[in-house]
Amino acid sequence: MDIVVCVKRVVKTDSKIKVGADGRSIDPAGVEFVLNPYDEFALEEGLATRERLGAGTVTVVTLGDAAAEKELRTALAMGADKAVLLDAGDRQLDAHATASAVAAWLRSVPHDVVFCGKQAVDGDDSQFPGRLAALLGIPSVTEVLKLELNGNTFRAERDIEGAREVVECPTPCVISAHKGLNEPRIPNLKGIMAAKKKPLDKIAAQLGEPASEVASLELPPARPEGRILDSVNALVDALRNEAKVL
Amino acid sequence: MSNIVVIADARQGKVKKPALEAVGAALELAGKAGSEVVALVVGADLAAAKDELAKSGAKRVVAVDDAVFAQYSSDGYAKAIVEQLAALSPAAVLMPHSAMGRDLLPRVAALLDAPLVSDCTALHFEGGRFGATKPVYAGKAYKKFFATKSPFLATLRPNNWEVGAGGSAEVADAQTSVGSADLKAIVKELVASASDRVPLQEAKVVVSGGRGLKGPEHFHLVEELAAAFGAGVAAVGASRAVVDAGWRPHREQVGQTGKVVSPTLYIAIGISGAIQHLAGMRTARFIVAINKDPNAPIFKVADYGIVGDAFEVLPQLTEAIKAAVAG
Repeated sequence: MDIVVCVKRVVKTDSKIKVGADGRSIDPAGVEFVLNPYDEFALEEGLATRERLGAGTVTVVTLGDAAAEKELRTALAMGADKAVLLDAGDRQLDAHATASAVAAWLRSVPHDVVFCGKQAVDGDDSQFPGRLAALLGIPSVTEVLKLELNGNTFRAERDIEGAREVVECPTPCVISAHKGLNEPRIPNLKGIMAAKKKPLDKIAAQLGEPASEVASLELPPARPEGRILDSVNALVDALRNEAKVL
Repeated sequence: MSNIVVIADARQGKVKKPALEAVGAALELAGKAGSEVVALVVGADLAAAKDELAKSGAKRVVAVDDAVFAQYSSDGYAKAIVEQLAALSPAAVLMPHSAMGRDLLPRVAALLDAPLVSDCTALHFEGGRFGATKPVYAGKAYKKFFATKSPFLATLRPNNWEVGAGGSAEVADAQTSVGSADLKAIVKELVASASDRVPLQEAKVVVSGGRGLKGPEHFHLVEELAAAFGAGVAAVGASRAVVDAGWRPHREQVGQTGKVVSPTLYIAIGISGAIQHLAGMRTARFIVAINKDPNAPIFKVADYGIVGDAFEVLPQLTEAIKAAVAG
């Protein structure tokens, strides 16, 4: 089975965000970058699928600049067979342009299943998996919490408001991973050493025009200062008479 | 006159509040852009949904009411929607940022070669261009976008707009060319959650517990407080620490890598307030923090705080809320 896992280099979740001088993007100074947490679940599922089948190739791909090589090496250390960097330089891309570029590359390589994280924790778009599937003309299941492969059909479970959906989806398809799908492995020393020798191809991304432009990036307004109350009664009183939420 | 189309997500033939909020948002945007609001719904046995949308303030309701859509399929629904949008040629398309909206609208956007801004908290029409503002980095910052292509698509965060109401729209049933052979990913089973409580992101009140509860066996205190607000009002949330420890299911996690909520009232119990957690709840209208540690960062975002032991405060608060709700 040809398994492709799409990953992204993102700002670590415990980072403090500062707005950059352009007023449209973050100030990357002092910020640590990591593999998008949801992509770890996607990659783990790809690796576990290959292991369960006892055959197959896991290719990890990202769109970004040369710095993203670090996250690709992490993915290789976890167990991916090869990596592809679709080099977009420092272009700021929206989900439309990103999905188009990755789809253009995917059309040239075999893929039975494409795993993605359900969203990247920077833009929080949750658009890429669905867009990618539609561009490739294949079905998708997003925000998957449980997955089984029976022959050429996935059986996936996902939570919706107040219920759980069980979805059947034939390959080839796109599956986006939610936290809870699995427990991602942590690369060991052997994996890290092996990763240095695994193939990592750099290919110029086929970039189209974005469909949107960023006007501004701003920090949220500070919340007004609160009050410490000395009793439950004082709290209920405030909720009822000041906040008027009771 | 241009159209702003709201795609209402119908489940079991009914539409929920976030879809009506999307109509409300569309009416506001239509006022600025000089557009008309059309509600579009795809599904089967849509009588109740059509009735509700007819009274939502939309000018027209278009329903693709066909047995082929009895089970949700992202590819099948997307195809049906794109078909209808071709006829409506909208300037903008809105949908709630619900499970269905997140699953479906990216597919629709790709098929239309169109921009999509997800999880928006504000919509704009400036200088003839549509745009939106959305939280990024789980709400640590906000990004404002403008579309450079048409139509403009957006999914909307629940609890951010007033529901649309009023009027009696003309309801038209539309034909579809989508057949069962077009449906590839298909919902085979729908298992209702054991809890009859309101979903976390739609709840007016969210009561969340953290490590301060000391163990999963004490979360009944959090559940009892949530229940005290009355049926269908409050949902239970949890911090990442207690989810990672296996005390609570992941679907209850509030924060980055969990759910982002903006209820009217958020009550954080025994949660210190790590930056990832604050990102997920800081847009709540009122925040109450109960924590033993007076220096816990959660107090920096709280409107009201009680420094105290959760095991003492919670039973008292539950009783007091019960009494207040009763009357």
